[in-house]
Amino acid sequence: MADSTLYKYVLSLGDDALVSAQRLAQWTYKAPFLEEDIALSNISLDLFGRANLYLEYAAELKGGNTTADHLAFKRNERQFTNLLICEHPNGNFADTNVRNLFLDTFHKLFLEKLVESKDKQLAAIAEKARKENSYHFRHSSSWVIRLGDGTKESNSKVQTALNNLWMFTGELFEMNKVDLEMSSQKIGVDREALKPQWKSIITDVLTEATLNIPEDVFMTSGGRDGIHTEHLGHLLSDMQYLQRAYPNAAW
Amino acid sequence: MVKEISVDTIWELLHKIPDPEIPSISIVELGVVRNVKFNEDNFHITVTPTYSGCPAMSFMKDEIVRAMEAEGISNYQLHTSLAPPWTTDWMSTEVKEKLKEAGIAPPSEKVQCPQCDSPKVESISEFGSTACKALYKCNTCAEIFHYFKKF
Repeated sequence: MADSTLYKYVLSLGDDALVSAQRLAQWTYKAPFLEEDIALSNISLDLFGRANLYLEYAAELKGGNTTADHLAFKRNERQFTNLLICEHPNGNFADTNVRNLFLDTFHKLFLEKLVESKDKQLAAIAEKARKENSYHFRHSSSWVIRLGDGTKESNSKVQTALNNLWMFTGELFEMNKVDLEMSSQKIGVDREALKPQWKSIITDVLTEATLNIPEDVFMTSGGRDGIHTEHLGHLLSDMQYLQRAYPNAAW
Repeated sequence: MVKEISVDTIWELLHKIPDPEIPSISIVELGVVRNVKFNEDNFHITVTPTYSGCPAMSFMKDEIVRAMEAEGISNYQLHTSLAPPWTTDWMSTEVKEKLKEAGIAPPSEKVQCPQCDSPKVESISEFGSTACKALYKCNTCAEIFHYFKKF
């Protein structure tokens, strides 16, 4: 049986959360100082939790013997449908905070809409994630402001991060077939409609941070179709190693 | 003699299970247990996660299973519900007092030092040793303390 549109939709949201969580977890034990190490690890943990909620629901929709663990550990790179920005390497501390700011701001708006979903399970997940995301947004936005309005060095690093990551932000607002169908059924969110508000929040943060908003450049995309950057494969090989080397290992 | 098991008995048992990370309060006081019902020969226990990624959640569920089995209760089912989402507003004044006694500032609009009650506190990190806590410092008595985040 072909996968349902709802399954594909929930899976894509789960993949975004899972890949972001795994990426952020790579800061654990090497953040600039202890409190920040704990903060980034905590945010990663929230995202793993969010991924688990989405993927458990996706597994239920898929039926059969599918579990959330199957979806996380037994799919190949091309079967992952996360947005490219989620898999982007952590880079330096400024790069990570800019990526988080772009995503947290997006989720702030996206989840506010998803709580109104006609699908009760999605609405419940969104309500839970929304509360957690407000902490994440406070964290990433305050760091971008502190770094931007900090020293010449920190300002230049965060500006470079903004310019480098800007090309991944277009994909946040792309509507593919799945999004269009889910949005028309009032199950999913119209991502495109969130763009003006997203830009306005980002502009406010960057203005306070004395940073420049990057000029519009070529926007890259492909994640939802399984066309990824080279970085995802490396991330998955780390994450999936145990289940690949010792299939069905449990403890 | 066979002891009569009622919904109240189940609540009593659940009240004895401490939060694995804040042992001074029980999982009932934390607001994780939402409901206990008796229906069609089974006790239905409904729990809700605090933070979605809270690693203590599966431990709490295991503890519930252990508590039931220790009493020889097998006609029960454990359910998880997400809505309404968990909130610290479900904590009673009494529970907040227990947190304070354990040196953790309870969730509130105004964070106060749990040691000297001073309102002159400063946030060190919004994220503490667990997802539900933030790290603060008291500028009056210099004590560093955990704040149970209002959520």
